[in-house]
Amino acid sequence: MYNHVVVSHLDDAEIDRIFHALADATRRDIVTRVLRQEESISQLARRYDMSFAAVQKHVAVLARASLVVKQRSGREQLVHGNPEVLHKAARLLDEYEQIWRHRADAIGDILSEEDE
Amino acid sequence: MTVISSHKDTEALTLTIVAEYDAAPERVWRVWEDPRKLERWWGPPTWPATFEQHDFKAGGRSSYFMTGPDGTKSNGWWEITAIEAPRRLEFDDGFADDKGERNTEMPVIHCAVTLEANGSGTRMTTVNSFESLEQLEKLIEMGMEEGMKLAEGQIDALLAED
Repeated sequence: MYNHVVVSHLDDAEIDRIFHALADATRRDIVTRVLRQEESISQLARRYDMSFAAVQKHVAVLARASLVVKQRSGREQLVHGNPEVLHKAARLLDEYEQIWRHRADAIGDILSEEDE
Repeated sequence: MTVISSHKDTEALTLTIVAEYDAAPERVWRVWEDPRKLERWWGPPTWPATFEQHDFKAGGRSSYFMTGPDGTKSNGWWEITAIEAPRRLEFDDGFADDKGERNTEMPVIHCAVTLEANGSGTRMTTVNSFESLEQLEKLIEMGMEEGMKLAEGQIDALLAED
């Protein structure tokens, strides 16, 4: 975390799209499914209690955020997941957790030293 | 054993750590208040911290640096936004340049610490929140290695943490 790695230039608008896209339960569910296995929009639409058009809109939001990729296959639109961004967010929080676990342990050591 | 739980919320951009100690809140408070104690635990193991200034009151500023394995120094600052000894401490933690001035290009993390008496001991809860999505992303980039590879279980775990 504190390693002086040069921060690359990032597109803030893109980052906002990613987190906006993930802030919806249906869209998170779609991401989870299509990360495991590619599905068509009509397959996805059957899974949710909403119209085909509504599911299509959710997929469009995810695609704009690059969380999923749409591919046309004949008459079908196939959707598959792009896990990179989720992985980045998870990694960040993991590293912070490690730092805080270390801190909490070190505080414990200081307190028990004082007891001796 | 100290840490009893942690919770990560990728949407709210928070990380919560709960730890318990066999010491009264007044003693746990001292590890935050006393800069000589604070610098024994604040820095990551390979980046020990040195607090040059620690103005432990509302609106107070602290300045510190961490020294890396190759001698590189990384400057940081705190600004205390709420303080209520020995129960509650809130502060912003950010990066500074070589002269100790705030680096506005770098992320600021808000940290809220609560100490609660728990029997003869103390339960310490720290909630870290990231100021904005772009700052989160900058931190992600800083901590990243190349060539990441994803296991499905990690996504499940991430999404299960809502």
